Amino acid sequence: MKERLIVIGNGMATGRVLETLTESAPGRYDVTVFGAEPRGNYNRILLSPVLSGEKSFAEIVTHPANWYAEHGFRFHAGRRVTAIDRDERTVACADGLVASYDRLVIANGSLPIRLAIPGRDLPGVVTYRDLDDVEAMLAASRHGGRAVVIGGGLLGLEAAAGLAAQGMAVTVLHLAPTLMERQLDQAAGFLLQQEMERRDIRIVTRANTHEITGVDHVTGVRLDDGRSFPADLVVMAIGIRPNTELARDAALEVNRGIVVDDGMATSDPAILAVGECVEHRGICHGLVAPIFEMARVVGLRLAGEPAAYVPAQVSTKLKVTGVDLFSAGDFSDASARQEILLRDAARNIYRRVIVEDDRVVGAVLYGETGDGGWYLDLIRNRTSVAAMRDTLIYGRVAALNGPADPLAAVASLPDDAEICGCNGVCKGRIVDTVRAQHLSSLEDVRAHTKASASCGSCTGLVEQLLSATLGDAFQAKKTQPMCGCTDLGHGDVRRLIVARELKSIPAVMQALDWRSSGGCAKCRPAINYYLIATWPGEAEDDSQSRFINERVHANIQKDGTYSVVPRMWGGLTNAAELRAIADVVDKFAIPSVKVTGGQRIDLLGVDKEDLPAVWADLNRAGLVSGHAYAKGLRTVKTCVGSEWCRFGTQDSTGLGVKLEKALWGSWTPAKVKLGVSGCPRNCAEATCKDFGVVCVESGYDLHLGGAAGLEVKQTELLCHVATEAEAIEFAMATIQLYREQGYYLERMHKWAKRVGMDTIRAQIVDDAPRRAALVARFQHSQTVFQRDPWAERVAGHDAHEFRPLATLPYLEAAE
Amino acid sequence: MNAKSPVLCRIGHVDDIPREGARIVRLDTIDIAVFRTRDGGIFALENRCPHRGGPLSEGIVHGNAVTCPLHNWVIDLATGQATGADSGCVRTARVEVGPDGVLALDLASLPLSAAA
Ligand code: SRM
Ligand SMILES: Cc1cc2nc3c(=O)[nH]c(=O)nc-3n(C[C@H](O)[C@H](O)[C@H](O)COP(=O)(O)OP(=O)(O)OC[C@H]3O[C@@H](n4cnc5c(N)ncnc54)[C@H](O)[C@@H]3O)c2cc1C
Ligand code: SF4
Ligand code: FES
Repeated sequence: MKERLIVIGNGMATGRVLETLTESAPGRYDVTVFGAEPRGNYNRILLSPVLSGEKSFAEIVTHPANWYAEHGFRFHAGRRVTAIDRDERTVACADGLVASYDRLVIANGSLPIRLAIPGRDLPGVVTYRDLDDVEAMLAASRHGGRAVVIGGGLLGLEAAAGLAAQGMAVTVLHLAPTLMERQLDQAAGFLLQQEMERRDIRIVTRANTHEITGVDHVTGVRLDDGRSFPADLVVMAIGIRPNTELARDAALEVNRGIVVDDGMATSDPAILAVGECVEHRGICHGLVAPIFEMARVVGLRLAGEPAAYVPAQVSTKLKVTGVDLFSAGDFSDASARQEILLRDAARNIYRRVIVEDDRVVGAVLYGETGDGGWYLDLIRNRTSVAAMRDTLIYGRVAALNGPADPLAAVASLPDDAEICGCNGVCKGRIVDTVRAQHLSSLEDVRAHTKASASCGSCTGLVEQLLSATLGDAFQAKKTQPMCGCTDLGHGDVRRLIVARELKSIPAVMQALDWRSSGGCAKCRPAINYYLIATWPGEAEDDSQSRFINERVHANIQKDGTYSVVPRMWGGLTNAAELRAIADVVDKFAIPSVKVTGGQRIDLLGVDKEDLPAVWADLNRAGLVSGHAYAKGLRTVKTCVGSEWCRFGTQDSTGLGVKLEKALWGSWTPAKVKLGVSGCPRNCAEATCKDFGVVCVESGYDLHLGGAAGLEVKQTELLCHVATEAEAIEFAMATIQLYREQGYYLERMHKWAKRVGMDTIRAQIVDDAPRRAALVARFQHSQTVFQRDPWAERVAGHDAHEFRPLATLPYLEAAE
Repeated sequence: MNAKSPVLCRIGHVDDIPREGARIVRLDTIDIAVFRTRDGGIFALENRCPHRGGPLSEGIVHGNAVTCPLHNWVIDLATGQATGADSGCVRTARVEVGPDGVLALDLASLPLSAAA
């Protein structure tokens, strides 16, 4: 019979133990895993991006529940082990389940420390450890309101940034005089504080929490000096302590953590322990890099291979988008130590390296952290820096006097240079694996080496390494840069515009290191769209960065004339409108009048100079711009529906008009077309539109992601709703989500394919508060953008567009 | 056409043209597009793309270049040459910028084969 292995706890350490075991001794054990959390395994360190909304939970899952079965492991999700019986070699759960082991691994992590003060157990007080905590915070943030975070360390600040991103007014109460004082020196702590305050996060230092107030829900926090802060949510993030109760009850040797030797064995040789619950040579760890290394040792030991855990120097980074900081080693002042400092106020850069006996012992970097890994290597390897002292502070490239180009720089790294801190992967390992396994993408490298698979901050470095190793073969797979002016893709640029609150095109180009001084015809329209979509009313719409059609609100034709398409709401018109159109055609001798494929009328061949006058006449009859030229709402096609048709189930025409009235004027990544059909015969072709509604007896089927242009795409059903009001609400929410996530020129079906229909459904259909928030943001944006651009130009806006600078009778003038 | 002495004709003021934009000067046989770059450079070209005659004045101006609105050829404003893989050339004209920002087109520089 196989030996029985039980693992208690299903966190990051366990994931790595099981993987190592699968690689080294597959099938050797009969494995049972107990996890108190009711879910598979996920990358805990990426909870902060989930909290801030930058990632979905699905994106951070590392081992979904079915992974265990696939590997022959028994997995008890949601079962907490309550006792270990070492004599019987069993573990027991609260519900009476008992299981026997031959080998046992304890990997139950740590517990957040809760202050022993009044009010600590009130509803509305949470800690920050797992997905349930994130969900509790997100639920609280849906009502806006105020949050107080107690603790200005790594976790507290990530929680604060996440809650602020979710729209809460956040205050951080921190005991020490500067933030993250254990990882940062005072100067860097101060820069960090400034950055947090720029994000409207209030930071209160030297704050000693005395009491949490409230009767049946938290209402505030009071300090011992009497100051108090109102709060609807309090997050306690003051530290962790190893989870040792089980081990202590089983009479294993426990200090602060469960005591283990270099082979990760506890005082009982049948029992190993790993992760945040252990104490090794007097030290408890709270970062994944050493924990993954311990887990590897446990896996190898279980496989029967000799392996020993050797502690290594670790570094810290803060995962708040837009805040770059790095610290490693020891930077306390001591007399034998010398510091080398570099500041660049204009660029908000701060860098301090501590040297003792010609060896680097500590480094703090703020604002620019690319050299962090190099300093960490110098610390770990105790490299003599005597020869490069003068240039040490400028980073690796300067110090080694190497080439300035990043590819050459990464190429010049030694093989044992660490690339991925979380997983302890060095350059040589990546390069060897890439060559041996013929890897060609970042995903491959993550799968085979784990590099960049955890916190992700070394992704850029890994990509550089891939392209240095593969040359041009890699280029093709990189994120598609927006254009030649940058290496950033559309997703990066959007994310950074939000995170760094960039509000103008020059600000984006400055902050994101654009290579050209003024951008190009590809990136400028895209950036302009991202800015106005992100900051409606705040960012200025730069008309010089718009394509001519959107600048003059008409479609340019091959001969330089324009076409004019007025809106016909839902395809309806009337005698007065038709008469006004006929009059305009006569008055301006417009050569062509055509019924479009979008159920309205196109006037083709209008001279640019005539446009304002044509619009003035149309406006007078109540006709406004149809945005036939816009990355925005084009048409809402309808059929006659229940008002006339013998098969009609609902008023499809009326709904189409309402939808068009709600949605017109909003700018979108690419054009948006809607269709509303009165029954499944679908005469309005709703199922090949970006958003389609098919009326049925019981209500409205809402469809998404159709197109019938360069590609013909049938829509997918989003959901069914019962009322017209819901149909409009869901349409607004969907279009807002697309406005916030779509890449410029990415049509709705491409966006839906990229992000996945399931995630769209989860946000629009399953999550009513999120849907309401999307609608609110859409409506806010409409207060800025729902204006008839024709009327504005009739009134004189941008008059220069429609008049020549000068008209010269050439022959006369030449004389 | 090289050695002709300039014949200056006032056409307007720099501020009449938006930065990263263009206006046209209409002559009886051709249109001249007068461009103003982000850095304030002033350039004049015939308003006809060498590809299929697109109105360059309507394009997006970036750096010292304009992208034609019809099929995205990129034309260098200083030389009138199409850049990148495309080849073709637009005829250029000369505009003088006075110290007070007044713009004067040099009629003698106009891309016309004959003035009479
Ligand atoms: C006028 C019209 C043709 C007509 O005479 O019926 C038309 C005319 C143009 N279409 Fe269209 N499309 C027209 C309906 C359509 C339809 C049918 C529909 O909407 O039901 C489609 C297929 C449905 C779809 O979009 O999925 C259609 C798919 C396209 C495409 C391909 C889009 C795609 O994502 O694959 C383009 C190219 C583009 O947008 O980049 C395009 C682009 C154009 C442009 C804007 C080309 C251009 O850049 O100059 C044409 C402008 C002419 C003008 O000045 O008005 N037109 N175009 C129709 C105007 C509808 C309206 O009232 O606004
Ligand atoms: C929000 C957040 C951000 C972080 N960011 C970083 C970072 O940027 N960099 C970094 O290096 N580290 C970071 N960390 C720390 C890192 O996540 C931990 O060091 C790592 O997860 C520890 O792994 P572990 O397996 O020991 O514990 P865990 O991953 O916590 O796993 C322990 C698991 O055991 C379960 N468990 C507990 N008791 C029982 C029981 N009796 N029976 C069954 N199951 C039980 C728990 O529910 C838990 O799922 C972060 C942590 C958090 C919470
Ligand atoms: S879809 Fe066709 S049948 Fe149904 S209501 Fe419209 S026109 Fe009538
Ligand atoms: S006419 Fe200018 S690119 Fe075609």
